[in-house]
Amino acid sequence: MDIVYAIWLRYVKRYLRSKSRIVGSLGMPLFFLLVLGFGLNSVVNLPGMGQGYIGFIIPGIISMSVLFTSVFSGIQIIWDKQFGFLKETLVAPVSRLEIMLGQTFGGATTSVIQGLIILVLSLFIGLNIASIAGFLVAFVFMLLIGISFTAFGIAIASKMEDMHGFQLIMNFVIFPIFGLSGALFPIDGLPSWMKALTLLDPLTYGVEGIRYGLLGTSQINPFFSFVVLTGFTVCMVVFGAYLFRKINV
Amino acid sequence: MIAIQVENLTKRFNGLTAVDNISFSINRGEVFGLLGPNGAGKTTTIAMLSTMLKPTSGSASVNNFDMLKNEGDVRKSIGIVFQDQSLDEELTAYENMDFHGRLYRIPKKIRQKKITELLELVELEKKKNNLVKTFSGGMRRRLEIARGLLHEPKVLFLDEPTLGLDPQTRNHLWEYIEKLNKEKGITIVLTTHYMEEADRLCDRMAILDQGMIIVLDTSEKLKEEIGGDVITIKSLEIDHLYSKINALSWVKHAEPHDDSVTISLQNAEKHVAEIVNLASVNGIVIDSISIHKPTLEDVFLHFTGRTIREEKSSTKDQMRMMHRMKRG
Ligand SMILES: Nc1ncnc2c1ncn2[C@@H]1O[C@H](COP(=O)(O)OP(=O)(O)OP(=O)(O)O)[C@@H](O)[C@H]1O
Ligand SMILES: [Mg+2]
Repeated sequence: MDIVYAIWLRYVKRYLRSKSRIVGSLGMPLFFLLVLGFGLNSVVNLPGMGQGYIGFIIPGIISMSVLFTSVFSGIQIIWDKQFGFLKETLVAPVSRLEIMLGQTFGGATTSVIQGLIILVLSLFIGLNIASIAGFLVAFVFMLLIGISFTAFGIAIASKMEDMHGFQLIMNFVIFPIFGLSGALFPIDGLPSWMKALTLLDPLTYGVEGIRYGLLGTSQINPFFSFVVLTGFTVCMVVFGAYLFRKINV
Repeated sequence: MIAIQVENLTKRFNGLTAVDNISFSINRGEVFGLLGPNGAGKTTTIAMLSTMLKPTSGSASVNNFDMLKNEGDVRKSIGIVFQDQSLDEELTAYENMDFHGRLYRIPKKIRQKKITELLELVELEKKKNNLVKTFSGGMRRRLEIARGLLHEPKVLFLDEPTLGLDPQTRNHLWEYIEKLNKEKGITIVLTTHYMEEADRLCDRMAILDQGMIIVLDTSEKLKEEIGGDVITIKSLEIDHLYSKINALSWVKHAEPHDDSVTISLQNAEKHVAEIVNLASVNGIVIDSISIHKPTLEDVFLHFTGRTIREEKSSTKDQMRMMHRMKRG
């Protein structure tokens, strides 16, 4: 546990020091939130959604923020590889699993902080959190998204030599995961093929869980969402740990 | 007492044999050098001994722990400074040390005390709260050495510890390395392609070329092997000159190179005039001529038939240094 903590601590320290990154990665989610939220608020009318379209997409935008930050945190290992720091960690008498878990929790922590910043900013544009319990539910789902997708990023980074593939992963994996997740539209009423894709997207369950926590309503049973997302998280951590074990420097 | 025992160690990278069936042993308390040109297999050897890389075949023990079976114990008992920088530049010097101390599970009290002690040793105590990205190359190297010592290893590996440093900083580092060895009795294995560095620091050294150990001995013994003095003659007519010189009875050994001939002999001062005469009689123009006691450079030339710094290697060095500067 000490080792996991040491690695976590390094991640968090580096994160807190990179002010420009913290602010920079708020840009896109805020842009989506404001442009889509205010742009479509008057046109889109969702039955059963008390807080309007803005209220509807806030959980989606929070998920987006957690998703992007966590994948990026995981992929950051490539920097460690290129800057040589990874060797220092790998030559120490510690297991690869401990290193990987430390990185995963570090990435999850930073991405949840990013998500919380969006959440707090959302309070100013009219988000009403249903209850403290609701907030905690949302928090747990954010954490699960953070852990699973940091582990996913680590898995990818273990296979990549440099940052060149990053854009590819962003465009062909991360954006589709976000786009298909029901972050921006309700799942009911989708054409059936698209609904199937949405239900296959693990992020959907994260978005729905956060939505249930913050708004008190969701289209997927929150308990079911929790089970699916937890399962996905476990799979990703195992997958990431497996690939990280084989990483070469 | 033996610190490291290597038996028939081999590493192949799809077809390329980087380390070719080498065997040697290093005594406790020794400073041992691995010398060789770029690509000789020095780093690969160290990577295997530090358990970072699995050998293709062969075995080794470090501090009596088997490299393959007791990976964890080997790791605990060694410190390593990699050829390329391995610091976190976004952390301070102290934080880099602290991270290392935590990884090696050093209890907090001892950790804090040792970090301060070591930062003092490498004269970085005053800079301990500065980010590493503001450090010069020499400061980074010193920090890496301090870090490698934090968990009190019995063996310290230094992979080209002074590459790219100015002569003054290099000298300074040499003093640290000597001190560590003398005062703390740490066994040191260092790789270098600076002959001067090996000569000054190493008790014994192995010259590595294309993955094989060409020769292993103390620097005195290696120089004795050449015998007497060395004369280097530069000329454009190497082949002609070589054939004439090689025929002389008092020449122990002569060897032609790209633009020079080296001659090993006793009492060079007495014979140099003779050589000049011989050349002028045969109409060979001599560009320059020099006499010196054998250096390790000559030893390397003698055993491999090449100088250690060929064109190819120096450009690679430059690239590496540029890479470092970019990072810095
Ligand atoms: N991971 C690898 N994959 C393939 N080939 C490798 C790998 N690592 C090293 N080599 C090759 O093995 C040979 C020995 O490399 P090594 O790095 O051990 O040399 P070195 O003596 O340390 O050289 P230098 O002075 O440049 O550091 C080289 O030909 C190198 O190209
Ligand atoms: Mg090397």
